[in-house]
Amino acid sequence: MSTAAQPRKPWTPSQIVLTLLGAAVSVIFLAPFAWGLFTSLKSETEAVQVPAHWLPKDWTGQAWKALFESGNITNWFVNSLVVSVCVTSVVLLVSALAGYGFARTEFRGKNVLMGLVMAGLMISPAVLGVPLFTTVQQMGMVDTYWGMILPQCAPAAMVYILYKFFQGIPRELEEAAFIDGAGRWRVFFTIVLPLSRPSLAAVGIFTFIASWNNFLWPYMVTNNPDLMTMPNGIATVMNSYGIQWAQLMAGGLMAGLPLIIVFVFFQRQIVAGVAHTGLAGQ
Amino acid sequence: MATSAHTLAAPARARTAAGSATLRRKQGFQHGGWFVAPFLLLFAVFVIWPLLRGVYLSFTDANITGEGASFVGLDNYREALDDPLVWDSLGHSAYFTLLVVPCITVLAFLLAMLAHHIERGKWLWRLCFFAPFLLPSTVAANLWQWLFNPGTGMIDHVFGLQTPWLTDKSYAMLAIVITTLWWTVGFSFLLYLAALQGIPDHLYEAARLDGANAWHRTVHITLPMLRTITGLVIALQVLASLQIFDQAVVMMDFLPGPEGSTRTFVQYTLEEGFTSYRVGYASAISVIFFVIIAAVALARMWLLRNVKETTR
Repeated sequence: MSTAAQPRKPWTPSQIVLTLLGAAVSVIFLAPFAWGLFTSLKSETEAVQVPAHWLPKDWTGQAWKALFESGNITNWFVNSLVVSVCVTSVVLLVSALAGYGFARTEFRGKNVLMGLVMAGLMISPAVLGVPLFTTVQQMGMVDTYWGMILPQCAPAAMVYILYKFFQGIPRELEEAAFIDGAGRWRVFFTIVLPLSRPSLAAVGIFTFIASWNNFLWPYMVTNNPDLMTMPNGIATVMNSYGIQWAQLMAGGLMAGLPLIIVFVFFQRQIVAGVAHTGLAGQ
Repeated sequence: MATSAHTLAAPARARTAAGSATLRRKQGFQHGGWFVAPFLLLFAVFVIWPLLRGVYLSFTDANITGEGASFVGLDNYREALDDPLVWDSLGHSAYFTLLVVPCITVLAFLLAMLAHHIERGKWLWRLCFFAPFLLPSTVAANLWQWLFNPGTGMIDHVFGLQTPWLTDKSYAMLAIVITTLWWTVGFSFLLYLAALQGIPDHLYEAARLDGANAWHRTVHITLPMLRTITGLVIALQVLASLQIFDQAVVMMDFLPGPEGSTRTFVQYTLEEGFTSYRVGYASAISVIFFVIIAAVALARMWLLRNVKETTR
């Protein structure tokens, strides 16, 4: 973060205290991860030994091996990836188009529709799960990829965020292009979209995290272990027959680690993305 | 450069762009609808239609198959008002919200202050405090279920306790709250951190010249500058917390917890809809829930407008 040009800051007493405090708090935040990781490296019998102990006495990859041999986990991983990638692509496309449409074009009933979108901010599968399920059921999409993906593709919040962003782009930039004879669509794709890369990244990142971690909707729409996503499969299938803790922890890490590893590498973009989408609610 | 045809046409186009708003409007009208159409289609099918359908079903005795439903008027709503489980589960969700929101707001603020003021290794603190948020809810819940597990769990071992966290109704919701704090505080932490970084340095410089110490700078500059973001953090947390479901069901093995003490409102609607197959009744209580959520959201918008008017 800090550039090489800056001289290194001295260790003042207050900095030492703050850093120690930060380290202590970080240990508390990381301890559950360590507990999960160490548990996954114990045998199932050692995992449930009393008293509890942090480090395995016998390190073993048995739980991880069993996890992959049971077959489901790779399926769930692929399903999660397919669903999250599809949801993110569709959300980016439709919400960018709609955000621009609402911010910059005129059409009949625009204000009423914008009001509806604002009302949509208050609706989620948690609130309307049962009628949403019966709707998807009527369309014959229960236990299908479509049924899992499409209902996640209409997030009013993302349209609203991009709408606010597009409103902030100076009109002069577009008008200059209109004068040169470019149409609405060309202006959108060649001028507006490239300018919006940070906002689009923010929306994309946030949507991907939300979709990868989504439990409630996949839980409602499928009972088929072959179609489940990671959070869903781990919570239902792995929790259903006498929990095997070492395996469960290994599965949990499989579900959680990809995003955390990505986060380590793209920290700045992700932080900006989450802060940006969150702050847009202001 | 430009072709001759282009040069000839240019004045006409210039006039269009600068002067004729009606023509621009017309041009927009032709295409604007197409921009919003794909989203509106999805939105209509998966948000608006289920909402309308939910309202319609709430006046019927529909079951999960959707066959042979008949109109029952306000019966479902009447039943809901007399149903102790509606009030219990609503109470549990509200209790959870009441516990989580203040804790998360204060904790997120303190963590952000800490990460903001430590000069070294900023990325490391951010990573540590935010990482739990990247876990799926169910994984976070399993992790803490395992930490709270009697005998084999680490919490009791580390603190020398023998608390029946997940099996006693006085502790069960507390265990869910602790899990939620660890899991989600990172999101609000990032919002606070972004807000802290947005406070202009010159305010602090000026205060320093006036002889204000660190405490005074925090109380008289930082806290007032964070007022808007605090409102946002609280609003987002209230709306999310009222909809609590994932952590509670996973930590309680998909049951309503000891003596039903962690059955949340979302959980109750799903029990009625998918376990009892009473889609009509489940829709009615979902509609009630929607009205509550909408009331909270509108109250916030109203408060925000008032704040903006008074500060203007």
